[in-house]
Amino acid sequence: MMRLTWRDLPIGGFVIEPGNARNNLTGTWRTERPVIDQDACIRCRICWMYCPEPAILELNKPYTTRGGKKYDMTYEIDYDHCKGCGICAHECPVKAIKMIPEVGG
Amino acid sequence: MMEAKMLGIREEIVKERLGLTSNYAAAYAVKTVDVDVIAAYPITPQTTIIEKLAEFVANGELDAEYIPVESEHSALSAVVGASAAGARVFTATAAQGLEFMHEVLHITSGLRLPVVMAVPGRALSAPISIHGDYQDIMNARDAGWIMIIASSAQEVYDSIIMAYRIAEDQRVLLPVMVSYDGFLMSHTTEPVELYHEEYVRKFTPRNLSRYRLDPRKPITVGVIASPDWYYEIKYQAVHALRESKQVIKEVHEEFNKAFGTNYDLVEKYMVDDADYVLITYGGASSGNAKEAARRARERGLRAGVVRIRLFRPFPADELVNAVKDAKIVAVVDRALTPGDVYEGPVFSDVVSALYSRNIEKPVISVVHGISQRTMLADDFYNLYKMLDEYAKTGVYPRSTVFLGLRS
Repeated sequence: MMRLTWRDLPIGGFVIEPGNARNNLTGTWRTERPVIDQDACIRCRICWMYCPEPAILELNKPYTTRGGKKYDMTYEIDYDHCKGCGICAHECPVKAIKMIPEVGG
Repeated sequence: MMEAKMLGIREEIVKERLGLTSNYAAAYAVKTVDVDVIAAYPITPQTTIIEKLAEFVANGELDAEYIPVESEHSALSAVVGASAAGARVFTATAAQGLEFMHEVLHITSGLRLPVVMAVPGRALSAPISIHGDYQDIMNARDAGWIMIIASSAQEVYDSIIMAYRIAEDQRVLLPVMVSYDGFLMSHTTEPVELYHEEYVRKFTPRNLSRYRLDPRKPITVGVIASPDWYYEIKYQAVHALRESKQVIKEVHEEFNKAFGTNYDLVEKYMVDDADYVLITYGGASSGNAKEAARRARERGLRAGVVRIRLFRPFPADELVNAVKDAKIVAVVDRALTPGDVYEGPVFSDVVSALYSRNIEKPVISVVHGISQRTMLADDFYNLYKMLDEYAKTGVYPRSTVFLGLRS
């Protein structure tokens, strides 16, 4: 995508294809990454609602915690689009999301 | 033979010959090309264009949306929106109004919208002046518009018709500004031949094969571009403006053929064998220069005039060809670039054009007619005499000559 030249782009900076924001990988903007502790997460969906991107994925993926609690679904982060704003970690009522500094490449 | 053929064409296409100011000529052209949306705010010396258009819309002669906005910034913004939706649009302004539009000038060219605007040039405040010169459009010259400077009411009428054809061309898609002398043309009545609508409409068919706002096929206009993309998108507009010269030439040739006229990017007047050439633009300065050239020739000086009709993109090759054999050239500017090496804006373009084609010759920068300071044919005749003296002595001014300045 980055290899497109000035000759390849639609004129005027027009975006001629609706809904293509998903192609814009904003994950590179992040300085800290949210990491969900799947055992602590209570599946309340608050992070999913608050994420402005939205970069919280709600997946139909069963999970059994170490304590033996079974969930039908799992919340994961879409790291291609998460900008690392930290709202999910701030809002999480059980502090199951930690912001970990992005280091190295 | 050729002339007879041209006269024949005009007999067929000319509907009526009226006494019109350049402002009214502009309004008639806009009516005849059948615009969809006009938005404007009154400012001297432009106001009579949009008054006339308001009259056309009010009495049913022109079926267009007429938006009386609260400022020039809104006037251009409104036609930008309409143009993005596919409408054929028009606005007009001058001086402070053009300055107030300035950021939208860049937006219009950046969004590649075929907006057409008329600007009878006027001096900039302060001190406040309502009178004519070209300071306003020279401040707009880097906004990426195609800029034409006409020299008669007929040429204003013809240029606006051509402007729509140029702006809407697939290879161009850029806004066009048609300028001319404030007051000396905007408010001076001249005979103008108006064409039958069918010929003008045939020359300016609606060309909608461009991206436009349409709910059935959504696009986004006016995006933010990150540094990864801005440069490429801006370069497209720079490239389009440079390449538009070829299209402008083609449109001129087609117009000349269809309407029996003789327009070119630069107008050459007695330059073929000329030793001394004045380069200028607009009606009053080129008219005076031509009269002075005739007088100078009567007195044995080989004098000529080159009038720049297309200002952006700058017709470098055409200009260089016109003056390459002259001994010495003077550029008469009716505008200022304070603090530049020389204070005449077009002088810099001319020198740059000559330098780029490896032509070395003395070029004098002259400023005249600021805020409509009276320019006389004699002033221009004296310029030819000065050029003759410079050529003989080899000594010539290395800074701008301010003609007509009390000093």
